[in-house]
Amino acid sequence: MTLKEVVEIVHGTVLCGGEALDREVHLGFASDLMSDVLTLLADDILLITGLSNNQAIRTAEMSDISQILFVRNKKPTKTMIDLATEHGIIIITTGYSMFRASGLLFSAGLEPVY
Amino acid sequence: MHVSYSVAAGDFSNAGNVASTVKGLLKQLNISPGHIKRIIVALYEAEVNVVAHSNGGSIECGIEPDEVSIVVADTGPGIPDLELAMTEGWSTATVEVREMGFGAGMGLSNIRKHTDELSIDTGEGKPTTISMRFVLDGGFHG
Repeated sequence: MTLKEVVEIVHGTVLCGGEALDREVHLGFASDLMSDVLTLLADDILLITGLSNNQAIRTAEMSDISQILFVRNKKPTKTMIDLATEHGIIIITTGYSMFRASGLLFSAGLEPVY
Repeated sequence: MHVSYSVAAGDFSNAGNVASTVKGLLKQLNISPGHIKRIIVALYEAEVNVVAHSNGGSIECGIEPDEVSIVVADTGPGIPDLELAMTEGWSTATVEVREMGFGAGMGLSNIRKHTDELSIDTGEGKPTTISMRFVLDGGFHG
């Protein structure tokens, strides 16, 4: 699905990278544990997380993950948004819980990594 | 090419700066994305370990046409039981480290998975030195 569809499904807000919402994403991974994210070999992933700090952005950068969905109305800081922008990472936020956002996206065809 | 960096203990706001810088270097050298990801994930894990668990340290990277070698050395306090520390899920991380999204006990084992050669010199009350080697001619798996 496209990131535009992701935004629509979770009633999300795009904080940066809005010009690239036509980008396709096929896999989703939901975790607050960056250690787990770093074990993933696939690149084409939507990271769904409630961990809103610099390391979430850094982990995405190191793992070649180009899109992050922050759940439960987490508010990324300006530093995080600047870092994401620098590395071409799209940030989307939603008020939905990780469970609800993941469930909706799974139902709509976003595939699990495992 | 040889580059070196220092890493401050407890400085989570800058954890990942070295890995990010080295990633940029490897991209400029046209190393394949697959190789870069494995090198950078291992380096990032090691860098976070220095920030989270050590008294501070340094990172030395040697980049050659056919291999990349990285030595991450801290000034202590050392790992008393390395075999236990390599076990997936085993962790001594503080609450602060866990709040940063780390401390799941995956770091050292993940480093091992991403390297072609790995050696760790440590002990209770000693500095820890992690030496990683990555072959660039198809030596990686997957």
